[in-house]
Amino acid sequence: MYDFDYQRPTDAKAATAAFQGDARYLAGGQSLVQAMRLRLSSNARLVDLGAIPALRGIHAGGGSVTVGAMTPHAAVAASPEVRQAIPALAQLAGWIGDPSVRNMGTLGGSIANADPAADYPAALLALGATVQTDRRTIPAEQFFTGLYGTALLPGELVTAVSFPVPQAAGYEKYRNPASRFALVGVFVAKTAAGVRVAVTGAKSHVFRSAELEAALAASFTPEAAKAVRLPVAGMNADLHASPEYRAAMVSVMASRAVAASLAR
Amino acid sequence: MTDLSQPPVSPIGQPLRRREDARFLTGAGQYTDDVVLPGQSYGVFVRSPYAHARIQSIDTSSAKAAPGVLAIFTGADLADAKVGGLPCGWLIHSQDGSPMKEPPHPVLAQGKVRHVGDQLALVVAETLLQAKDAAELVAVDYEELPAVVDVATAAGAASAVHDDVPGNVCYDWSHGDKAAVDAAFARATRVTKLEFANNRLIPNAIEPRAANAQYTRHDDSYTLWVSNQNPHVERLLMTAFVLGLPESRVRVIAPDVGGGFGSKIFLYPEETALVWASKRVGRPIKWTAERSESFLTDAHGRDHVTTAELAMNEQGDFLAMRVKTTANMGAYLSTFASSVPTILYATLLAGQYRTPAIHAQVTAVFTNTAPVDAYRGAGRPEATYVVERLVETAARDLGMSPVDIRRRNFITEFPYATPVGLTYDTGNYAAHLDRALELADVAGFAARRDKSKAAGKLRGLGYSCYIEACGLAPSNIAGALGARAGLFEAGEVRVHPTGTVTVFTGSHSHGQGHETTFAQVVAARLGIPVENVEIVHGDTGRVPFGMGTYGSRSLSVGGTAIVKAVDKVIAKGRKIAAHLLEAADSDIEFENGEFKVAGTDRKIPFGQVALTAYVPHNYPLDKLEPGLNENAFYDPTNFTYPAGSYVCEVEVDPETGRTRVDRFTAVDDFGNIVNPMIVQGQVHGGIAQGLGQAMLEGARYDPESGQLLTGSYMDYCMPRADDLPSYQVDHTVTPCTHNPLGVKGCGEAGAIGSPPAFINALTDALGVRDIAMPATPERVWRAVNR
Amino acid sequence: MNVPISLTVNGKAVEASVDRRTLLVQLLREQLRLTGTHVGCDTAQCGACTVHLDGRAVKSCSMLALQAQGRAVTTIEGLAPAGELHPMQAAFRECHGLQCGFCTPGMVMASVQLLADNPNATEDDIRCGLEGNLCRCTGYHNIVRAVQACQSGQVGSTTV
Repeated sequence: MYDFDYQRPTDAKAATAAFQGDARYLAGGQSLVQAMRLRLSSNARLVDLGAIPALRGIHAGGGSVTVGAMTPHAAVAASPEVRQAIPALAQLAGWIGDPSVRNMGTLGGSIANADPAADYPAALLALGATVQTDRRTIPAEQFFTGLYGTALLPGELVTAVSFPVPQAAGYEKYRNPASRFALVGVFVAKTAAGVRVAVTGAKSHVFRSAELEAALAASFTPEAAKAVRLPVAGMNADLHASPEYRAAMVSVMASRAVAASLAR
Repeated sequence: MTDLSQPPVSPIGQPLRRREDARFLTGAGQYTDDVVLPGQSYGVFVRSPYAHARIQSIDTSSAKAAPGVLAIFTGADLADAKVGGLPCGWLIHSQDGSPMKEPPHPVLAQGKVRHVGDQLALVVAETLLQAKDAAELVAVDYEELPAVVDVATAAGAASAVHDDVPGNVCYDWSHGDKAAVDAAFARATRVTKLEFANNRLIPNAIEPRAANAQYTRHDDSYTLWVSNQNPHVERLLMTAFVLGLPESRVRVIAPDVGGGFGSKIFLYPEETALVWASKRVGRPIKWTAERSESFLTDAHGRDHVTTAELAMNEQGDFLAMRVKTTANMGAYLSTFASSVPTILYATLLAGQYRTPAIHAQVTAVFTNTAPVDAYRGAGRPEATYVVERLVETAARDLGMSPVDIRRRNFITEFPYATPVGLTYDTGNYAAHLDRALELADVAGFAARRDKSKAAGKLRGLGYSCYIEACGLAPSNIAGALGARAGLFEAGEVRVHPTGTVTVFTGSHSHGQGHETTFAQVVAARLGIPVENVEIVHGDTGRVPFGMGTYGSRSLSVGGTAIVKAVDKVIAKGRKIAAHLLEAADSDIEFENGEFKVAGTDRKIPFGQVALTAYVPHNYPLDKLEPGLNENAFYDPTNFTYPAGSYVCEVEVDPETGRTRVDRFTAVDDFGNIVNPMIVQGQVHGGIAQGLGQAMLEGARYDPESGQLLTGSYMDYCMPRADDLPSYQVDHTVTPCTHNPLGVKGCGEAGAIGSPPAFINALTDALGVRDIAMPATPERVWRAVNR
Repeated sequence: MNVPISLTVNGKAVEASVDRRTLLVQLLREQLRLTGTHVGCDTAQCGACTVHLDGRAVKSCSMLALQAQGRAVTTIEGLAPAGELHPMQAAFRECHGLQCGFCTPGMVMASVQLLADNPNATEDDIRCGLEGNLCRCTGYHNIVRAVQACQSGQVGSTTV
């Protein structure tokens, strides 16, 4: 990899102050360190967030669960608070990568990277979560803007994500057999404001499916989801799946997510 | 305290735990990348980003000035030094009698680059990071050329991979009796025909290729550490054919090797360049492939397209088989490449059956892709796929049970001379088929299928009755078929004065457990404890000669060489014992580790004879040299013919197309078995690779640009623990008739037999005639929704 | 440019000076000469580099050495005292859960974590729990059996 200057602050304020020039925050490193190894990513300065305990932790209360940005996926998956309040979120976290990756990879790192096949974006968008940064809050609808694109400004530091507790929720992931990323991942949430369905892995970034939301609003059943024929336009085409197959699998995963939410 | 009243239990047939494991489990293995030599420098290769391009110029000036750089070499430097090209070890002739095309295979590309990853410069620097940084400064001016990518359309394509091979055909070979086959097809009332590909695979041993080359001025010699399956072959090819050095000046050490599966047999450009450069740089040079580099440059496997036909009568007797195959050689001929789709393929098209007439025609083509060569099974998986897919499909065409059609056509009398050149020495195909049917609970399949159906799933059952030729090989037969080398094996048995034994074997262990199984063989034959036998392999400085490990040959050929050396030790021991016991040589028997005078209880243990050989005070010095150290070379008289019956049962989720292997049953006849635990492990690993081929894996290149699309584990689907079931494995035994151990070899069987079993099961589940490998969920889903 | 780092490896305090770009696996293999941890890929999928960081399994090729500053790393060499085998190591030998040995250190470290997190893991749990570790030799059958043997305490001898 290319050389860089390295900072390891112990609090968030020092972290944002250290973000100078061509810099990047280093969270768990499960995406960034790999990209750097392959010489696909390079910045003049890395600001390592790993020594900031205040950025880790899970708090439940007041109708939502708040997860610190540097909380590893394994902690979210194992958290009694998350399992009790939003079990689908714990399940999603437990399906990211593999066990070793889950011990290092973080919520903040995942959403800031906004890989089109990452799992967390589907949860944020379906649950109507709010991203907290060092300077403002950003609703999920505004956070994910495009392929690897987010609304974060340069140097803006994600500090936590607040997930409103839904009435019911389910997540189903169709794993890419090679990479184990989401070939398609569907998060279904029944909230006070209605049904929300967020899809990851299928297009250039996470999106809400109007067709599935309408069908499930009329009948919150697996059959209703399965019957939806999503438009193929915009669906990813790659070695592993054609747009037609992806579109079909969105409906299948949605129906299974609905079944999971009903089974709880 | 050993109970001397009981005869010792022979270690043959015992599942002894492996001696190798102590170091592997505690992190004390020594793999090539673990070696760091004093004064170590590091090598990085500059590689082509294009599939096909003319090299207009290479400017190394900025790179040479980069920090820490010791030297940079290009193809021009090697040409100036008269370094030769990499040789191909097997000469195939086309139907018109002309020899195969052998375009130059340069160590560093000259004039053109011919696949993405083709190396054209070696950068040597003090540290790896410095070498990498400098490699990026090497400026190459390429003129991009159209790439020839697809095996099916390479022959006759406008663009030539090699300028002196217009049309890209390496050879056009045939085997068998075309006239007899044509006549049989003309008469036949039933013909089953299939067209399919055998998908291209990337071996992906978990240890990437690595080398570390050191030149020593003191005696003008070289030492090469390399992750390789056959150090003596590596040395011979490199010194005699490429670098023009005497073999004795190069020591090749293949230490612990993290898997090979064929991909580490071949002489590669990297270690060759390192050895050559190490003298010029005057420092040892170390290179380890990054995984993405391995993807581009390790020899790939398989990559055939085939049209195959089976002619039958109405009762299902096989009358003839006709096969036409186009096989990919890749951009350059790798060491064994030409033999894989010919000698190792067409000669197995009889399978387990009495088909009287068989003909195969194979066209081998060059493409702008990585070289293609042997990968676990090497030609025999391709042949078995042809035969077992035809046979199962023929059964369906005729409305016959796939078991009955096989039984009807089994070879039952041995030795059996097939119409494709091989003579099977022995076998009992019905025995393993019967056992497989029982172990797989085929009788219960119908009920399981109904249960799956009630749950909305599809279930299918498929068979594969494979045979292979291994124990490579009788040298005279191999030579007649085009081999440029001998395929014997060598072993030296050194008895120490204190009665322990060190065996130097030309075989190489890279997972097969030879340190344990060979010790079992020697200990059994000498009647000494297994702990007293040490097996040494992998170092040309310690082992006099060998041809290495591949083709399931180590126990049958390497083991037999060792047995012959042991028998020479025993023969000499008899003479020593006769002298000590004051008897005639012919009155001495050797049993359970003791030399006895026949018909008496006068005896001497092996250990005492060993000590006497080295302290020859009471010794027939007038007739016999002191010492007890023998070697043997063994050239087998035939191939060996492991065979088996596999049954695969799958369950398909029609909503997604995802297929689960519900159970996989393998019953193999490997002849006698020395260590059943190790044999089963080989079968497990082979099945995983075969199911990987059938369900998950496939190397893909962009058809226009020739870029490798599956260039990492992100896109090339390796089988993981949750992709596979546990296996049900058993064996039957018909001992090999032509080696003293009666063994046939077992390393490749799992990968050979399993792909057609899976596809037969899947097509049964889906009710379709054929489906391509890998049968990805989308392919299955489309078949379900057709 | 080199920067100082201090951490604990296999129970011993380590002070070193590393190029900032050094991966944890490179620190272990090259500077500390603990070559039991292996590198098998460049996309963090093969798991041959798995070690424990503060008791949790991590892929040492996917982190900078500097990320381990002040923390405790255990490698395969430190899993058991010299001359002894951890029950998981003993189980792998007993069940022939390794062939070429290259994936083995990472596989053992991952398996130890797997049973620590889920002592009642089923066969499915074990197979899923090992999805971050590739083996090309064994077909996984005996690896699963080894983990199950360790689970049930039937591991054979724990002497090297």
